[in-house]
Amino acid sequence: MKKATNLLIVLILLVVTGRAQQTPGPVQKEAISIDGATAHLGNGEVIENSLIMFENGKLTFVGSANNKIARKGKVIKGKGKHIYPGFIAMSSALGLVEVDAVRASDDQDEIGDFLPHIRSQIAYNAESKVVESMRPNGILLGQIAPNGGRISGSSSVMQFDAWNWEDATIKADDGIHLSWPSAFRRGRWWAGEPRGYQPNKDYQKQVDEVTSFIKNSLAYGKDTSSEKNQAYAAMQGLFDGSKKLYIYADSEKEIIDAVSNAKNNGVQTVVLVGGYHAHKVTDFLKQNKVAVVVRAPHNLPAFDDDDYDFPYKLPKLLADAGLLVALQTRGEIFQARNLPFYVGQVAGQGLDPEKALQMITSNAAQILGIDNSYGTLDVGKSATLFVSEGDALDMRGNQLTHAFIDGRDVSLETHQTELWKRYMGKYEGE
Amino acid sequence: MKMRLLFLTIFWCGCSLFAQDYFPKNDGVKSKNNNYTAFTNAKIYVTPTQIIDNGTLLILNGKVVQVAKTVSLPKNTVTIDLKGKHIYPSFIDIYSDFGVEKPKRAPGSGRSPQYEPEREGFYWNDHVMPENNAITKFKYDGKKAKELREAGFGVVNSHIQDGIVRGTGVLVTLNEEGNDGDRIIDDKSGQYLSFSKSVAKRQSYPGSLMGAMALLRQMYYDADWYAKGNIDTKDRSLEALNNNKSLVQIFEAKDKGNVVRADKIGDAFGIQYAILGGGDEYQNVEDIKKTNAKLILPLNFPDAFDVSNPYHAEYVSLKDMRHWNLAPTNPKVLADNGVAFSFTLHDLKSPSNLKEKVQKAIEYGLSETKALEALTTIPAQILGKSDKIGSLRTGAYASFLITSGNIFDKGTTLYENWVQGTKNNITSMDAKDIRGEYDLSLAGTTYKISITGEINKPKVEVKQDTVKLGSKLSFKDNWLNLSFATDEGEKNYRLTALAEMDSEDLNGKLVLPNGSESTFTAKKMSDFSEKEKKDDEEKKTPELVQVSYPMNGYGYKAKPKAEDILFKNATVWTSEEAGILENTDVLVKDGKIVKIGNNLNAGRAKIVDATGKHLTAGIIDEHSHIAALAINEGGHNSSAEVKMEDVVDPEDMGIYHDLAGGVTTIQLLHGSANPIGGRSAILKLKWGESADEMIYDNSPKFIKFALGENVKQSNWQSFARFPQTRMGVEQLFVNYFQRAKEYDAKKKSGKPYRYDEEMETLAEILNGERFISCHSYVQSEINMLMKVAEKFDFKVNTFTHILEGYKVADKMAEHGVGGSTFSDWWAYKFEVNDAIPYNAAIMHSQGVTVAINSDDGEMSRRLNQEAAKTVKYGGMDELEAWKMVTINPAKLLHIDNRVGSIKEGKDADLVLWSGHPLSIYSKAEKTMIDGAVYFDLEKDEQQREAIKQERNKLIGMMLKEKEGGAKTRTPKQSKKQQMTCETM
Repeated sequence: MKKATNLLIVLILLVVTGRAQQTPGPVQKEAISIDGATAHLGNGEVIENSLIMFENGKLTFVGSANNKIARKGKVIKGKGKHIYPGFIAMSSALGLVEVDAVRASDDQDEIGDFLPHIRSQIAYNAESKVVESMRPNGILLGQIAPNGGRISGSSSVMQFDAWNWEDATIKADDGIHLSWPSAFRRGRWWAGEPRGYQPNKDYQKQVDEVTSFIKNSLAYGKDTSSEKNQAYAAMQGLFDGSKKLYIYADSEKEIIDAVSNAKNNGVQTVVLVGGYHAHKVTDFLKQNKVAVVVRAPHNLPAFDDDDYDFPYKLPKLLADAGLLVALQTRGEIFQARNLPFYVGQVAGQGLDPEKALQMITSNAAQILGIDNSYGTLDVGKSATLFVSEGDALDMRGNQLTHAFIDGRDVSLETHQTELWKRYMGKYEGE
Repeated sequence: MKMRLLFLTIFWCGCSLFAQDYFPKNDGVKSKNNNYTAFTNAKIYVTPTQIIDNGTLLILNGKVVQVAKTVSLPKNTVTIDLKGKHIYPSFIDIYSDFGVEKPKRAPGSGRSPQYEPEREGFYWNDHVMPENNAITKFKYDGKKAKELREAGFGVVNSHIQDGIVRGTGVLVTLNEEGNDGDRIIDDKSGQYLSFSKSVAKRQSYPGSLMGAMALLRQMYYDADWYAKGNIDTKDRSLEALNNNKSLVQIFEAKDKGNVVRADKIGDAFGIQYAILGGGDEYQNVEDIKKTNAKLILPLNFPDAFDVSNPYHAEYVSLKDMRHWNLAPTNPKVLADNGVAFSFTLHDLKSPSNLKEKVQKAIEYGLSETKALEALTTIPAQILGKSDKIGSLRTGAYASFLITSGNIFDKGTTLYENWVQGTKNNITSMDAKDIRGEYDLSLAGTTYKISITGEINKPKVEVKQDTVKLGSKLSFKDNWLNLSFATDEGEKNYRLTALAEMDSEDLNGKLVLPNGSESTFTAKKMSDFSEKEKKDDEEKKTPELVQVSYPMNGYGYKAKPKAEDILFKNATVWTSEEAGILENTDVLVKDGKIVKIGNNLNAGRAKIVDATGKHLTAGIIDEHSHIAALAINEGGHNSSAEVKMEDVVDPEDMGIYHDLAGGVTTIQLLHGSANPIGGRSAILKLKWGESADEMIYDNSPKFIKFALGENVKQSNWQSFARFPQTRMGVEQLFVNYFQRAKEYDAKKKSGKPYRYDEEMETLAEILNGERFISCHSYVQSEINMLMKVAEKFDFKVNTFTHILEGYKVADKMAEHGVGGSTFSDWWAYKFEVNDAIPYNAAIMHSQGVTVAINSDDGEMSRRLNQEAAKTVKYGGMDELEAWKMVTINPAKLLHIDNRVGSIKEGKDADLVLWSGHPLSIYSKAEKTMIDGAVYFDLEKDEQQREAIKQERNKLIGMMLKEKEGGAKTRTPKQSKKQQMTCETM
C-alpha cells in the first residue's frame, strides 16, 4: 500500500508539472544516456549493467556501463531497471476503430472482396485514446491493417506518438492482407445448422477467385497501356518484392494451398498470419521462407482434444523449428497492450525469454522490413526504446518510467491515468 | 386351393369387422362373419417372455380368442397352417407424427422480437398448447402406413410435435381395410411436452432451455390456481391442461441431460413423465436410473465419420468418435441397469431402417427379449394399453406378424402383418426357396449357378469354370427371370421359369444369345446353407472403447477421489492474516485442510514435495459463463424465475481449461440481456461429476441483475421492449420490487396467493435471503441501483464488471457493496469509454471488497495473471492482489467460510503452482477440489498421449467401416459456442 501511495505521488507530481496528454514528444534536442540498466537488445542478447546513449533520435552507444566513456547529455539512472526496444504490434486495427460497438467510430472493414487499394494509413487516428494506452506498456509501433473481405487492404507501419497519420508513418503500404478461404466453415446456426465446423463446399471455388485475382494483377502489371485498375495496380508491389502478402490461414491444407498459390503466381514474399496448424508444416514453411505471425497465445484451443496450453506454446514450437515468428494480438483492439504478456506466456512454456522477446521486436521488424531502423538496440538505429522498472514481459515488472520514439521522450500518460489521478485526488481530498 | 382359402379368409374378416351393427346398409343385405381363424403349428410369442412352441392362435372379429399349445377349434374355423413359422405381436411406435401435418414455420419477426402472445383466451405463452388435440388434425396416411406395416408395425401413437406443451395424441392401428372408426384406439392417448418452442409461433419467451423449464413450472402452478377457481378469466390452455392431467405424460427430452431435467420438473409436481431420450443415456446411466422414468429410445445410432481425409478427420472430436463407437450399446446398458424403455422410429430416416438398427443393438449386447419388449409390451405399458396392444393375450387386438423365423435374424422374412384381424401380405409365404447350387448345361458348357440371399430376394452368381459372369436375377410370385453374359461379352442367355413346389430343379424357357428360343434344366446340386452366419459370428463382440467422465477426450476413466495429501515445504499463500508462509507444510485429509505448519507428520497421507513451489487456495471466478447450456433468457425484461442451476453443462471443456489455470469455483451467472436476470449457479469445477455434484451444497442464493447498454438493447436491433433508457431501468426495478413486496406481504398474511416463481425470487432479495450480482458500467446507474435498494431496505451485494466503480467507490463503500471487475477491459462499447485498469486499485483503496473476474472462458483460466495486472495498474500489494481472485470473491459469494483461503478446517480447494502465482511464467501443476486432484500436469501429459492413441484407434475402426461399405457421414465439429454476458 505504501508502495502504491509513493508511486501515486510521483505520478501526481508528473501531472502537476503540466505534461499534456496526447501531445507528441518534441524532437530530441539533448543527448540521453541510460546508465546501469539491464538492456534487452531484442536480438536475443542481454547486457547486464548496460550503457545506452542516443542523440538526434539515433542510438550512439550500446554496450557495457563498465566502459569508461563520458555519459552524454541527460543521464537516466538505470540501475535495477530494464531497457527494451519499442515493442511492435503486428496486424492490428489500432487507430482504425475507437469503440467496437459504435459503428461511427469503426473504420476497419470496407465493403467488397478484393480491396488491395484500400489503405489503412490515411484512416489511422493518431489521437486515438486506445493507441495512446499502448505506450505505458511498451508498445510503441504497429502494423495497422484493415479487416474483412477476401483481400482486406493494405497495411502501414505506424509509430504511436504522432500529430497526424503522416507523422506517424514509418512505412506506408508495407503489405497486403488476404484472408484465405476456409476449408472448413462454421455452421450457420441461425439457419438451423449445428454450430461447429463442417467442410466448406465452396472452398475450391473461393480459392480460384483468389488465384484469378492474383493472376490478373500480375498480367495487368505487364501491360502499361491498359486503363488504370486501382485494385490490380495496388497489387504490383507483391510481384517486385516491395510489399509482402500477409495471408491469414490456419489449417494445414489452407496453409499449403495459400503459400503454393501465391508463390506460383509471382508473389515474392508471403507471411502467414494465424497459422494454428503451422507447426505441422514447418519444413514446408521454411522451404518457402515464410514467416509466421501467430495469433495471440491468450486464446482457447480450437479443438477439444488439443493440449490446453497449445495456444501458449505454438509460437515456441515454430521458433524451435527455426521459423521466423512474430505475434498478433487478440480480438478487440485494446488487447494489443497485453502483447508483452503474450511473450511472457510463451517464455513460460520453456522458451528463452530473450528469444521470445524477439517475436515482438527484431522478428517483427524483420518481417515488416523496418529492421534497419527498428526492432533492436543497435548503434545507428532509431532510439525507439523504453525503460521499465522490472521485467516488462511480466505484469508485475512492466512499469514504464521512460519511453522514446526516434529519440523523442514520449508521454506515458493516457486518458486512463488521468482518470485514475483525478479520482484518487478526489478521495484523497485534493 | 390354399390360395382360395386365404382369399376367403380375408374377405370374411373384412366383412365381419367393418360392418357396424347400427349403420344402415343400402348396397346389399346385412350379413355377419362370425367364423374363427386359427393359426396353427407356429412358434407364438404371446409376449416376449411367454412363448408357445407349436401353438395355435385363434382369432375372431379382430381380437384374440385364445392362444395356447392346443386349442379346441370351433367348427366354424378357418385354419392356417404355419408350420415352422413364428408369430409375434406387431410393433408399436409410441412416438410418431403419423397422419398429423407438421405445423408451418412462422415467418421471421422482423425488426424487433415479439414479446406479446398472439392468442386470446389461452395461456399467456403461445408455446403452451395443451388444448391441441392431434385427433383434430389426424388424417390416415395409407402410403406411410404401408411402409410402417412392412417394418412390422401395427399401431402408432401420433401427436403434433410442436411446442412446449403439445396437447393430446392419438393412438391408431394401421388397419388398411377399415376406417378411422376401427383404427382409433384412443383419441387422447397421452399429453405431450418438450423444451422446444413452437415453430409456428413467434413469441420470444422462452428464449432458452432454462426459460422453458421455468415456464413449465409456472404453468403447473397456474393450472393448480386455475383449478381452484382463483382465476376469473377463461384460459382454455389451463383448462385443457387440467383435463389432461390423468393421461400419460410424455416428454421429449432428446438427450441425457434433458431426461434428468424433465424428470426433475415432473418430480416437483408429482408427475412421472415417460421420456423420449437421445441415445446417449449410457453416458450417465446412474442419473438416468434415478429418474425412474420409462424411456422412449430413438435408434439413430450415428454413422461413422468419413475420416479418409486426415485434414477432415482433425475436426472430429474424440468425444464424437467415442459416441459413434458406443451409441449402439445404449439399449444394452439401460437394460442392464434395469431401465425400462420402448423403441421408436423417431429420428430414423425410414421405418425400413428399424431392423438393421435393432440388429445392431443386439449385436452390441441387447437381449432379443428386451428388444422385442421395447417394440411391444413396454410401449403398450407406457400407454396403459397392455390389454389391447403389444401382446397376443386373449382379448387383445389380433395384430401380429408372421415370420419365417426369429424376427431379428438377418435371413428372416416377414411374411404377413395382420392388423386387427386383417391380413396384409408383405412377402408371399408361398414363395419357394430356390436358393442353392445349380448346374446348367448349355451348348456343351456347364455354368455354375449359385442362388443365395433371402428367399424373396435371392441373389445370384453365375460362373463358367472359375470365371464370374455378369448376371441378373429377379424372383416374384415364384417366377424367376435370370440373364447372364456369355464369355463372348455382350451376348446374353435369358432364362425364365416357374419354380415348382415339387421339383428341386429349375425347368423353363431359354432365349439363346442369337435370339432363338429353347428350354433348359438347371440341376440342383446342393441346398443353400447359411454360410454368411459364420462371418457374422466373427464380427460379433465389436471392439468398444471405455466410457469416460465426461465423454470428452480429457474426461477421466475414473472420477477423481479425495486423497489425503501432505504438501511439503511449500510457499503458502494463505489469503488470510498470516500472509505468505515460507517452507510450510499443508495437510489435506478427507477433503479438508486439516493442518498448516512445519514438519507435519504425513501419517498415511501421500507426500507431495512442494519445495520451490507455491501453494494457494483455488481461484474463484465471480463472473463466469462456462459450463452452461444457455446464458440469457431475454424473452422478458425480468427473468428471475429462471435458474442457471437448471442448465449447468458438466461436459464443457471450459471446466478442464479453468482447472488447468487453477480455478476451482465459479459463479455461473445469467447474462445481461435484461435488467432482472436469472438465478446463479455456484459451482465447484469437479470435472467428471454431474451438474448436481458441481453445485455447492446449501449454495448461497444469487441472482444476476444488469444495467446499461445491454438491457437497453442499444447494440442490436430491438426497439419494442421496455426499457430503452437508463431512466426506464430504474422504474422497472421499482415496479418489480414494489410488486414483490406486496406479493410477500400477501403471502405472509396467510391469505391464498398465486404462487409466482419470479416474485418468490424477488421477495427473497427483499428479505435478505438472495444476493444481487449486478452487471454495471457507468457511475449513474451504479448509484441508481444502490438508491433503489436502499428505498426497499436491502443491500446490493456485488456490482460485477463495475468499470466506473472507481468514480463512486466512496458511495459503494458506504452502501457496503463489493466490486468484481475486469482487470483491463475497455473500448469495446460506448459505456466503457471511462473504464480504466486502475479501477480495482481505487475501489480497494476506498475499502470496497474487490474481486477480479473473467466473463470469458479464455481469461478465466488466467485469472492469476489478471490479478497481477492490479500490481501494474495502481500498484496493488501482491498479497492484496492475490486475494482479489481468492478470498475476496469468496466473500462476495458468501462462501468464504468454506473456500478462498488456506485455513485449517476449510475445504481443500488448492492449487500448487510451479512458481510465484502472480507471475506470467507460472503454471498450475495440481488443482485440487475437496481433496481430489482434478487437474494434474503429469496426468494431463498422459491424457494427451492417450487421446492420440484412442483417436488413432477409432479412426482406424471408422476407416474399416467405410471399406466394409457402411454408410459414413462428413466430418463435423460439434463445438460449443464460447459464451459471455451477451450471448443470446
